[in-house]
Amino acid sequence: MQRYGSPGAMDPQGEYERERLENVRPPQWRNPVPAGRYSLVVVGGGPAGMVAARTAASIGAKVALVERALLGGNSLNVGCVPSKAIIRTSRLYADMRSAGHYGAENPDGIHVDFPALMQRMRRIRARISRVDSVQRLSAAGVDVFIGEAHFTGADTLSVDGTRLHFRKAVVATGARPDTPSIPGLFEAGYLTNENVFDLTELPRRLLVIGGGPLGCELAQAFSRFGARTTIVQAMPLFLPREERDAAQLLADVFTREGIEVRLNTEAVRVRFEEGQRSVDLVSDDYQCTVAVDAILTGTGRLPNVERLNLETARVDCDATTGIVVDDFLRTSNPRIYAAGDACLKHKFTHTAHASARIAVHNALSVRRRRVNMLTVPWCTYTDPEIAHVGLYVREARDQEIPVRTFTIPMHDVHRAITDGEEVGFVKIHVKERTDQIIGATIVARHAGEMINEITLAIVARIGLRTLARVIHAYPTQAEAIKKAADVCARPSGGSMVKSLLRRWARW
Amino acid sequence: MTDVSELTDEALLDGIQRAAFGYFLQTANLDNGLVPDNSRPSVPVSIAVVGFALASYPVAVERGWIARAEALDRSLAALRFFRDSDQSGGPNATGYKGFYYHFLDPHTGTRVWRSELSMIDTALLIAGAMTSSMYFDANTPEEIELRELVDTLFRRVDWQWAQDGGGTLKQGWKPECGFLHYGWEGYNEAILLYVLALGSPTHPLEGDGYRAWTATYQWENLYGYDFLYGGPLFVHQFSHAWIDFRGIRDRFMREKRCDYFENSRRATLIQREYAKRNPNEFCGYDEHCWGLTACDGPSDDLSAGTGVPRRLFGYAARGVPYGPDDGTIAGWAPLASLPFTPQIALEAARHMLLRYPEILIESRYASGFNSTLGSPDRGAWVSQGNFGLDQGVVVMMIENHRTELIWRLMRACPIIRAGLRRAGFRGGWL
Repeated sequence: MQRYGSPGAMDPQGEYERERLENVRPPQWRNPVPAGRYSLVVVGGGPAGMVAARTAASIGAKVALVERALLGGNSLNVGCVPSKAIIRTSRLYADMRSAGHYGAENPDGIHVDFPALMQRMRRIRARISRVDSVQRLSAAGVDVFIGEAHFTGADTLSVDGTRLHFRKAVVATGARPDTPSIPGLFEAGYLTNENVFDLTELPRRLLVIGGGPLGCELAQAFSRFGARTTIVQAMPLFLPREERDAAQLLADVFTREGIEVRLNTEAVRVRFEEGQRSVDLVSDDYQCTVAVDAILTGTGRLPNVERLNLETARVDCDATTGIVVDDFLRTSNPRIYAAGDACLKHKFTHTAHASARIAVHNALSVRRRRVNMLTVPWCTYTDPEIAHVGLYVREARDQEIPVRTFTIPMHDVHRAITDGEEVGFVKIHVKERTDQIIGATIVARHAGEMINEITLAIVARIGLRTLARVIHAYPTQAEAIKKAADVCARPSGGSMVKSLLRRWARW
Repeated sequence: MTDVSELTDEALLDGIQRAAFGYFLQTANLDNGLVPDNSRPSVPVSIAVVGFALASYPVAVERGWIARAEALDRSLAALRFFRDSDQSGGPNATGYKGFYYHFLDPHTGTRVWRSELSMIDTALLIAGAMTSSMYFDANTPEEIELRELVDTLFRRVDWQWAQDGGGTLKQGWKPECGFLHYGWEGYNEAILLYVLALGSPTHPLEGDGYRAWTATYQWENLYGYDFLYGGPLFVHQFSHAWIDFRGIRDRFMREKRCDYFENSRRATLIQREYAKRNPNEFCGYDEHCWGLTACDGPSDDLSAGTGVPRRLFGYAARGVPYGPDDGTIAGWAPLASLPFTPQIALEAARHMLLRYPEILIESRYASGFNSTLGSPDRGAWVSQGNFGLDQGVVVMMIENHRTELIWRLMRACPIIRAGLRRAGFRGGWL
């Protein structure tokens, strides 16, 4: 397999990387001596595992956590944290290039300093890793074991030969990139989220395979850094789960920014020749070859369930969908629960956190909570961002729920106009002839911040008409939500309320 | 054309409608009845444009622009061609399974541009043929032959095959790769396609394909109007050129207490609202200057060197409120909404013609114009030549506004009635 970057790509000698490793996998760490039977053993030290361990320790349980690699998991080390850090820089470059649009002087000769932005990312990642450090977790009362865990029985597991007994366990081993099986890809070498943040040089030409959240976010970021970027997506639109309009807007933005968008296209073969990677693309009856310097794959994630010896613990699992759990996150072994990406369809850090709390609660107390009661928002951090919560219209119609959608284009929102951030919309779906919010999609530069108001309304069962009574600071982009609520609260054309109001006004 | 401000509405519409029909007279190949996609040199035939031509001939006969015999000859030529065409589905054939390739050679009628076997364009062709069949109802050998030809063409369309084992109809097929991946998602002009497919006596749509399609609908309140969302204006016009949707409702529209005609009225008003807002600050847009739809516009090579940092889309389905929008408006689009919003459509048509007289070339609308890319001396950028789809829908919708001729013919069409009923339509004239 061809390697990317220099042998020192991880910059292990660097100050920030040293600090991060000191936090999330201290080289001198010595595993503790197991303290009899643990109330809870958590397998996996990512977002779900950390929350599970902390939650259990906070109520006085005797807890152990086992991590085979780095505490903090994907999110901290190779996921949300580093990607959002570089996305911020990419937005800045995009803003600099469009300075004239804002009435500012265009900076001369914008030069992208890739090492500097990656260094900023490492600094931020190291800083956030302090929160997720082995030392802090240990100080919170958790016995932290670094090593490979596998179950040895229904209530025991081994960490590199050390046996741990448990009353209950939570498996939170996360997920890893699901690499597409394209002939020649492995031999030619490729990037995933696990190594893309190790890059020390910006690839001159980048091919992104997969139009999901990761592919879209990084394609846009690297394009803004100056990589000539092509993105191929097997489906007719990006982000296939999202609303058509949202995905279409994103495709338009990408094209406008100079990303070569190839929808309905599959990469079928990769060759590594004379220092460059040639990738054959097929779209219906059209075939072509693109030459690139780097390939990034973002085609889904697979749960980490191998090597855990789950059969010995009588825990059912599937290599694709992960550990089988019921609505209480309990596995086929009543002592063992699961949380996060290892068992959930929605593989997000915040769902990992929420599911971990439920798993620990259900494992250690009598009253039980259901995971399907969760209202889960999510956001793709492209520019504009695409955020969603609740049902899509299609899902609602499949459930025979009649839907009315209130749409406010961002070009009707004063703050979006003043900010020059008019691409996007707020769509709030309510059950027809009620104001019960069943879902929403927001496309806006800060959609991720805006969606939380809708999530709150859904969880607290606040109707859309009530949101019309909530004063929103003017001017803010979240005022789009208020505008949608105002339309919902407005009496309909022939309603009695409207005719009474008319009469009153005339009087 | 005379100064539009001096013309009555009737005279204005008559002039525009007759000029639009003139496209078919001037461009059709009399040997095979085929009509080119547009009036530029060396362009292929679009089968959809042939459908619009077939539907327009009866209008011309009724208005006295051509004799019934000439309309009959032109229609027969096209229908005979399609009956006898190569249906092998080969790369150089004309069609397969009763469907036809989107673009054909104007002389040989064989596939060009490696175009796809197009379901929607075949539906527009078949709908035009149906109109002929309903209009030419005399018991003369030629008119009997015409009706038999239409029946033959319709019966051989294998709509079930176009479902490819799934629920909804596929958009296209190519001999090189099979069915295209694209599907129909959300409301669009395909309602006519589904009605025809459901009305077939030989290969009717199987299962709940129509319901599967309507499950993708989005009912939205936009700019204060509740409507079934569709961005480009033509999606609210093409099926309606043939089918009178006033007062008839399928399950979805019953649920929404609306109908597709009223929906198109609201979609037209939304177009005007968008133009008033003009979020991209293009020149010309206002309450009397609107019409974002499928049309020809400037392309990127034009902006190269002008320093204008924007994308231009050439021929594209422009729409509101999410675009694409590059400042290009189809001047004819309001007239294609004439039956839905007569007053504002006429106001818009008059204003645009007064402001941009260059958008009419020999009294016939150019496909699109772009004032932002214009100049004081040359006027707006204007698309060259004319496009058949634009002219066809203008002829039909002006006629529906004036006499409801097309709607009357199709209201009486047993296949359309059966298709609508099978789609769940009830009420009104049905």
